Order: sequence, then C-alpha cells, then structure tokens
Amino acid sequence: MEADVADLTTLPRLLLRNARDLAERPAIREKDRGIWQTWTWLQYHDQVRDFALGLASLGLRRGDRLSVIGDNRPRLYAAQLAVQCLGGVSVAVYQDSIAKELAYVWNHAEVSVIVAEDQEQVDKVVGLRPELSALRVVIYDDPRGMTGYRHDWLKSYQDVQEAGRKFGAEHPGYFEAEIDKGRADDVAIVCYTSGTTGHPKGAMITHANAIGVAEIFCRAEHVVPEDTCLAYLPMAWAGDAVYTLFASLVAGFCTNCPESPETVQRDLRELGPTTVLAPPRIWENMLTGIQVRAADATPLKRHTFNYFRSVAERAEILRSDGKPVPTGLRLATALGEFFVYGPVRDQLGLRQAKWALTGGAPLGPDTFRFFRSIGVNLKQVYGSTETSGLVSLQPDTEANPTSAGRPVPGVEVKIADRGEVLVRGCSVFKGYLKNEDATREVLDAEGWFHTGDAGFIDPRGHLVIIDRAKDVGALADGTPFAPQFIENKLKFSPFIREAVAFGNERPFVAAMVAIDLGTVGNWAERRGLPYTSYTDLSQKAEVRELVAGEIRKCNQTLPEATKIRRFLLLTKDLEADDAEMTRTRKVRRRFVAEKYAAVIDAFYGGGNEVELATTITYEDGRQASIQSRARIEDVEGMPAHV
Amino acid sequence: MSSQLAIHEVSKAFGGVQAVTRVSLEVRQGEILSVIGPNGAGKTTLLNMISGFYHPDSGRIMLEAADITHVRPNHVAELGVARTFQNIALFRGMTVLDNLMLGRHVRMKSGVLASFVYWGLAQKEEVAHRRRVEDIIDFLKIQDLRRLPTGSLAYGLQKRVELGRALALEPKILLLDEPMGGCNHEEKEDMARFVLDVNQEWGATIILIEHDMGVVMDISDRVAVLDMGQKIAEGTPDDVRANPQVIKAYLGDTKAATNGGRRG
Repeated sequence: MEADVADLTTLPRLLLRNARDLAERPAIREKDRGIWQTWTWLQYHDQVRDFALGLASLGLRRGDRLSVIGDNRPRLYAAQLAVQCLGGVSVAVYQDSIAKELAYVWNHAEVSVIVAEDQEQVDKVVGLRPELSALRVVIYDDPRGMTGYRHDWLKSYQDVQEAGRKFGAEHPGYFEAEIDKGRADDVAIVCYTSGTTGHPKGAMITHANAIGVAEIFCRAEHVVPEDTCLAYLPMAWAGDAVYTLFASLVAGFCTNCPESPETVQRDLRELGPTTVLAPPRIWENMLTGIQVRAADATPLKRHTFNYFRSVAERAEILRSDGKPVPTGLRLATALGEFFVYGPVRDQLGLRQAKWALTGGAPLGPDTFRFFRSIGVNLKQVYGSTETSGLVSLQPDTEANPTSAGRPVPGVEVKIADRGEVLVRGCSVFKGYLKNEDATREVLDAEGWFHTGDAGFIDPRGHLVIIDRAKDVGALADGTPFAPQFIENKLKFSPFIREAVAFGNERPFVAAMVAIDLGTVGNWAERRGLPYTSYTDLSQKAEVRELVAGEIRKCNQTLPEATKIRRFLLLTKDLEADDAEMTRTRKVRRRFVAEKYAAVIDAFYGGGNEVELATTITYEDGRQASIQSRARIEDVEGMPAHV
Repeated sequence: MSSQLAIHEVSKAFGGVQAVTRVSLEVRQGEILSVIGPNGAGKTTLLNMISGFYHPDSGRIMLEAADITHVRPNHVAELGVARTFQNIALFRGMTVLDNLMLGRHVRMKSGVLASFVYWGLAQKEEVAHRRRVEDIIDFLKIQDLRRLPTGSLAYGLQKRVELGRALALEPKILLLDEPMGGCNHEEKEDMARFVLDVNQEWGATIILIEHDMGVVMDISDRVAVLDMGQKIAEGTPDDVRANPQVIKAYLGDTKAATNGGRRG
C-alpha cells in the first residue's frame, strides 16, 4: 500500500484507503452454507489484488473490458474492482438475458474476459463462443459441475488468483503502480441501458461520476461505515453499482450478498439492513404479502391489524399535510407501534432501516403511504443510467408519493421548452460507448444531459416526472396525452401487473391490460372460481368485470377527455424475453404497437373480439406460439365512440 | 474396469409370481447404469434386493468383496449404498434440514446419552454433520427450503430433498427409483443435472430406474433392460435402442401389455 491514497480519485484508490483505515471492519458478506461469511476490507483488498494480478498474468491491458454475469456475489464484485485496478472497464450484464442480447452486448463492448458465476452462466458463454471474436478468457466462480469442461480458455477463479499470487511475487509493486496510473476521467463501468427502442446503448460512467455521486448520496443520507445493505438487485443495473459498489467504497460500509435469489426475503429479515433500496415492484409485493397474510390470520389478529393500519394511515395523512396529530390518535399509534408496526417492520427486515428508497418507476400512493405510516422512512429517488443513478432525492421531512424529490447538491436540473428534464453536473456520464451519434443526441455542448423525461418543478422545488417526453402526444382533438401517466395509475391496482395505453392521434384512450396472476389468482380462489392458466384466467367474465371496476376507479382521477374507454385483457403477461419490455420492465412502446396492431385496430375499429397469435420466447431462446381469443370490453357508462 | 457391484443369477418370487428370474448384472465403479423395462418387469424388486429390503430366493449379490445377499438394509446402507423411493418416503412433518440430518444418522457415533447432554464430542460431531448437510443443501440449491416441512413442498422439490437425504449418507452407490417420475419438464432437467453432477463431482456410482427414455439415453453410460423378470439386453444406450428384443418388449409384445400390473 505504498501507492498514494491521498487523492481518492478512482475506486481502486478508495479500496486501498479502506484496506488501510478500516482494515478489520467488514467489507462484504455472503451467506454460504447457511452462515454469513465475512471479508474484511483487508481481505477484500487481497482478493481483488490477487485476481487483478491474475488478470494481468493473462495479458489484460489498460482499457480492456471485463464482463460479469451472475447473481450478486462478493467475487463478482471483486472482479469488477480488479479490472478497474488495472485500468480496465467492467461491464455487468443481466443474468437472465437471452443469448441474442448477451451476444450483442459482449460483442459491442468487445469484452475480452467474462467472469461467470456458475455452470449455468458458463453454458451461455460456451454456446456463444464462436460469435464472440474479442473474448479470450472465461473465468468461473462456482466450480460445481465444471469438471467435464475442457477448454484452454476456461479457468477457475482460484486458478486465476493463484496465478496472480505468482505474478505478484515476480512483479512486486505492479498492482500499486497500475492503480497509480488510474485517472478520475477513466471509464469505470459501462452500463447497458435497456433501450425501449433498438439496441441497448452502453453508458460510460467514469470514476469521477461514480465517486461524485456516491459522495453526494452518502452525505445527503448520512451513510456511515456502520451501515449495512443487502445487494440483491441485478449487478447490471446502474442502481446496484451506485448504491452498493460505489457507495460502500466511499462510506466504507458493509455489503451483504444473499444466499440465493429465493432466500432474499429471509436474508433481509435476518440481516435487518440499515439501508434499503428497492424498485416499486418489491414494495408492492411486500404489501400484497402482508395483506394476504392478514386475511388468512385469525379474526382477532386480523381486526387488530386492520384497526391499527387505519389509525396509522389517518395519522400519516395528517402528518404529511403538516397538521398536528391529536393526542388520542398519537396514543393509538404508540400502541400500534408496539402491537403491529414494529412486528411488521421486523418481519419484513425493515426494523433497523434508517431510510428506504424506491426508484426506477413511480410507486402507488397507497403503497407509499402504507410503508410510511408503519414507520418506514420510505422516500423516492430519481435517476437514470446516464446520470449515474442520481438526480434528485426526497429529504426525510418532504417524502411524498408524487414527486421525485429535490435535485441533489452538485446536480443542476432545468426544464427545457418541451417540458423535457435536463440535467448537468458531476453525475452526468461520459457518453455512449462507440456511439457518438447517440451521445450527441442526448448530451449538448453546454453539458446538459437530455433525460427524455417530461416533467416540471413544483412550487416546493421538487422535480415531478410525468412521462417519457417522446411518448407524450395528443388525442385527435388535441388534448395532451401521456400514456405512462395513465398506465402508472392503472398499475397502482394490485390486480394489474402491466398496462399499455393508446391514444396518440386517436379519438379516445384505450388500454391493454395484463393481470397479476398472483393477486387475481388469489381473488379467484377465494370466490371458488376455477381456472387452469394465465390465459384462461384472463378471459373469465368475472375477471373482466373486476378489472373494469379497477379501471372505473382509475378513470375517476383522470380528466374527462383522457378517460379509458375500452380495454382488453392480454392472454399473457408482457415479457422482456419476448422483447415487449426492457429488462428493467419498461414497455417498448413501438414494438408493442406493431406486435399488437390487430388489437389497436379493433380498439378503434369497433371490433369486440381479437385473435391473438403471440409468440413467446423461453430463456434459452426457444420459441412457441400461442393462439387465443380476447374480448374487448367497453367501460360502463362511457360512450364507446366519440 | 472392475465391477463394484456384482449381481449373480438372482431370483425372487412373491407367492406364485416370479418377479425376477436369474438376473445377472455387473455394475462398474463410477458409471451411470440405467435399468429400464415395461411396468412389472422387476426393476424395483431388483433394487430392493440390492438395498436389502428383500433377500433373493437364489443367487448372490457382492458389494466389492462383501457378500450382501442376506445383509439387512441398515447394514447395506452403512456399507455405502443409499437409495430413493419411487413413492417419496420422507418424514412429511419434519423440516428439510431435519430430514437431511436424519440421512446422516448411520454416520453418527454419539450415543443417546451423549447426544442428550450435547457437549464435547457429540456437539462437534453434530456440527461436522451439519456442514455436510449444508454442502448438500447448497449442491441441490434448496437454501430457501431449509426450515420448511417437507410435506408442504411441491412434488418435484420433495424428490430433490429425497435425493438429498440419500446423498447425506455419502453413498458409494446410489440407487434411484424413478427420480423423475411425476415431474414436469423443468424438474426433470434439473434432476438429470443433479444426477450427472453427483456422478461426476462426488464420484458416486448410480443405478437408475427411469421411464423417461430421453433422460435415460442422454445420461446413462450403460443400460440394462428387464422384461417379465428377465434381463433381455444390456449395453450402451445406442446398442439397447437398436436391440430388436427391446423394441419388441416395449412396442410389440401383447403379453407384456396385458400382464402389465406393477409389481413392487
């Protein structure tokens, strides 16, 4: 550790600092064989060093790109830091991507080394090997099932580290010298944005971006080395990189990797992390889980829960309006804390959470209010891959379900003419990898990043996001129409998993709705309604009636002109594997409009039934076709045609 | 290759029903040997004789140098032969973890009193056994099921836990009786992967009874075919597939079809 750690301009230098200053404190944990196994910062440093030197011995050069694929594992995080120590770039990919997507990203980024978690991921690489011209080495973490593989380009993680120790002994000081060569402006990671149109684009995030954003964030949220977080979101998502990899290096807190994707909920409870970041879907699932369990509980428990839930909600509404809470209600909430709120938070693993963040998409106001009312400091954060995951954040005292929070210090936000949100500051990325045209489109000469989101600044100074700017259109009569705004309102219903709204240059708004198999299935079971599959359930008259009711509720909050007049229940959910959505579950609007052209024609042509021939793609790339019929429903009390 | 298990001319009758007639089979160290045949061909009876549940009326079974023809099942288990059952035989009220720990039972040395006091050696032993069990849990990817009662699990997962319990015995030879029976396509793929991994990574010899010919032909080193209690063919999957007698037993023989009640 002779390297100069005084100027902490790159992530590897932060690692050196932590190994020196926080040597014996936990850096990263993983639950393995049922027990949390810890690496201290010193051990983490050694692991990274050995792996980095191993990569060096394999001929990795500055600027080379290494990709990791798999669930969150300490060794995969270490591999990302290791390549950065050598001046290389880390490219994490979604572990559930289909082969075609992986091949595109790996070829586009000219990845020369892939670190795969296990046999399942190695198999994907082996299948694509002939297409990947830049690929030289594949390294696997979990050796299970790998004995039968004989390729000279396939190596185990241990072997690489072993080679690294040998290389280190032969080249003393090499590791530190390489870290010393790193510059703040070097690219640290490339995050491929899911891209709702066309191919994914690789956003280059520099060390300066990474450290800048993490420092702002840690200061704003008072992150300290004693904090803990659970790393369970995909490593390919910019949010995971920022809030676990970058922030843990900057603040020196401990990252925890769950035992398996299936055990996340239990691991969360065991750990009780002090900081939690989750997309809206997870919060909604948690709430649904609580509601289902409350409904199944004994009458006494159920009534207790419902009573204190309504108490908490009343108090929360008063608090958020800035009104005083009467003494009686305050007493009731104190009792509720003891009997209900505390135990519920404990069950969810949120008991020690100082704050919890939701981001990536809007969260329903009911869900938001529920978590705040039971004492979870839930707040919204807004950011995108190109802004290193952070633009604005809600302060503790100003949390609310509608805004995206205040722009953080060091980041400027302004609203352009068409209502597009522009961002400038340390979080704005360097550009798209090997795609200057796309970069020029979004990054102007003055350094403003054009987010593509339409929004405004409200009187309190909070940023409010409405929709993607390019999706905002107008109905035939000129009424402005923001599809995502309507879709989000629909998705706040627990029964609706996905929705796509149409209406641009059309006489009225119509929507395709995908039901939530879990909640609708549960609803059907409770009423003794038999069903065999998603397709069958979605086309039941009772279910159509249920969803029509939800749409009517949603319509009450919409202006007359943009009320939903017709809808159709899809016979399958929208899937990323079918290219209908991005991996972060954003609708690929243009593709969906093409694929479901028959539905749109029927919406506006007055048809009542549509033949749906949908092709579904399995994770291994196989395809199958499903034929089904779906009915179009007019929402009651609405003229079908204007 | 030397034979690890040698079955020599064994026969078994239940009353007037001749379930297995003079079947001989050599099982080689480290191979996956599948035993196939129509329903009632005597496959499970053969497995039961190897594991000591039944004793043959005549013939001999040798495990390495030991004659196990008349050895009791618990002793066969101690010698390193573990099995799973066609109809799942787990303790439904016990957790996955407890079921697997139970699989370690024959390897535990502490007596009742020592285990009760749970101090010193007994504790150390329990920890060592738990470590093995955790390896198995990791291997079978059932970390999320540890604390759940096995009765509450889906069928395919129960099959997986049953394999886990057999593995807890650290078997030299693993007898699997229709491990994929009643499983859906995905569960079958998973199970086939586990069987291959057990064979390759843990070095266990595997004797597999399975009806899914796709699986059998894919993962077996050798296949033996029984029909009406007799061995009618033995060889590599390709040999067996091309064998006219096997084709007859499966497709063309009306006697097999009418006689087809499932025995043991």
